Amino acid sequence: MNSARASTRARPLPWQEALFWSLLVGGFWLWPKHLALASQVLISALFALSYDLILGYAGILSLGHAAYFGLGAYSAGLLATHGWGEPLLGLLTGGCCAGLAGLLTSLLVVRGQDLTRLMVTTAIGLLLFELANRLSSVTGGVDGLLGVEIAPLLGVFRFDIYGRTAYGYCLLVTFVVFLGVRRMVHSPFGWGLRGIRDNTGRMLALGYPVHRRLVALYTASAAIAGIAGALLTQITQFVSIDVFSFNRSAEVVVMLIVGGAGVLYGGLVGAAVFTLAYHYLSGWNPLYWQFWLGAFLIAIVLLGGGGVLGAYQRVSHLLRRRLERTAQA
Amino acid sequence: MISSLIGVVFDGLAYGMLLFLISVGLSITLGLMNFVNLAHGAFGMLGGYVCAVATTHWNVPFLAALPLAFAAAALTGVLLERVLFRRLYRGSPLDQVLLTIGLTFMAIAVATYLFGSQQQALHLPRYLSGQFSVYRVDLNIYRVFLLAVGLVLTVALTLVVDRTRFGAAVRAAVDNPRVAEALGIRVALVFQIAFAAGCGLAGLGGALGVEVLGLDPVFPLKYLVYFLLVVAVGGTGTLKGPLYAALLLGVADVAGKYYVPQAGAFIIYAVMLILLIIRPQGLVSRS
Repeated sequence: MNSARASTRARPLPWQEALFWSLLVGGFWLWPKHLALASQVLISALFALSYDLILGYAGILSLGHAAYFGLGAYSAGLLATHGWGEPLLGLLTGGCCAGLAGLLTSLLVVRGQDLTRLMVTTAIGLLLFELANRLSSVTGGVDGLLGVEIAPLLGVFRFDIYGRTAYGYCLLVTFVVFLGVRRMVHSPFGWGLRGIRDNTGRMLALGYPVHRRLVALYTASAAIAGIAGALLTQITQFVSIDVFSFNRSAEVVVMLIVGGAGVLYGGLVGAAVFTLAYHYLSGWNPLYWQFWLGAFLIAIVLLGGGGVLGAYQRVSHLLRRRLERTAQA
Repeated sequence: MISSLIGVVFDGLAYGMLLFLISVGLSITLGLMNFVNLAHGAFGMLGGYVCAVATTHWNVPFLAALPLAFAAAALTGVLLERVLFRRLYRGSPLDQVLLTIGLTFMAIAVATYLFGSQQQALHLPRYLSGQFSVYRVDLNIYRVFLLAVGLVLTVALTLVVDRTRFGAAVRAAVDNPRVAEALGIRVALVFQIAFAAGCGLAGLGGALGVEVLGLDPVFPLKYLVYFLLVVAVGGTGTLKGPLYAALLLGVADVAGKYYVPQAGAFIIYAVMLILLIIRPQGLVSRS
């Protein structure tokens, strides 16, 4: 009862949500010169959202989520090089392939404890990277897949050089997926997942089908990651084995932690902060970026959970108490 | 055919010995404190760079540079344990993973800044390079040296853990830290020493491994999965487990790369997955 009330309070109000999404729609006029970058942000946001499902809502720690992102990206890319450039079809294929892989691998992932899960997911991620690397005749290796040609969206909207179609497309896909996820986590299924995260033993004792629910969740998460990957391939018209890299798996953890795990908007905000920081800092010097990313991660852990917002709350709380004490004296 | 087989097994054993030296510290950290240290490879890298710089720039002989690598890694380990790791022993695995990945990224950036992203070359002394043949099987002298060092260290480690009072304290702390603490064993101190030794061994392994594993700034990430594999397959808290796992892994990896070069590292990752599925507790489990 208590936690239910706390959670409804944490849920953003309808006008806040409306403001958030209308700001993104307003992006067409607010940042017309940066639509390509904004599309990258949306793709990262979608990927972070998929990761939030397993880490934030079910407590599955994974370091190999790029596997599903990459599978989605390559399914869409290979489909397009073989003449099936219809975007929505590519998206669907990417989601299905990644979801299928998620379903198969989930049987290995959900049975272990934290450490085993960590290693199994790491191994899955590395395995797929190595596989893509070895099959370079199919995947193009580090040079990437050439000749990815995407047909106009719905046969009408061409992907233009300013990225207007790409941005609108990404925004629409993100919004639709977000709505689905939002519905899912506020359903009894979603509450059951939080129960598993907080006390697996008790959920088992209650007769809750823990294993089956985790498999379902992991599959859904993998499918969403695959959709994000397919989007990336389609709007850049390029895909290389970089989509499978370990760094991508590590980065999505960081994005989620920066924004705050277990809150739907956490992944979206974190992805925006992360992608923009990456864009500007690595343009300055890639080495500094890696250094400061590491330092930032350590700082987050030492300052305690909750990401940037959590740290801000604690500091302001401390300052307020100081002020009260000086006022009393 | 047979001589190539012997050569492969021999190279694999030497390679496995290196993996054991580097990963045994990780097994200690996991077994003793349940701490997921993904930055462990960075200590190996540190040892490697110390050795490379000492031999090429300061003209320190190779054999004298090895203890230097050990000491540098052990000291850094103690420092980091006091400042950072200690705060997270009771933390969630997520926090531990974030912190140690952060450390790894910083180590990679610093190494690239200081030494560039290229592979480091090491000039081995003449008495350690070259080959000799026994019954028409060519053996690399450096790998014989690696095996010898590894064997001596393994025997020494086993003696320390099995026969000394400190070793008994370590075993007690692994088995049940709360009871060990109640009996007057200072678990935190025991752990600190064991952690320093583990980091030092990783540094030594990194220094010995420049010739075999190579050394560049992405070393901690490149071999991370191998270290994790040794621990995952070998189980935590014993010496025997990681040793067998490392030797097995070394031979499997070298044999895979020799006989099925097109498969590359694929075999190793697949082996890791399968082993994790059949024996999540490791090959040699403690209880």
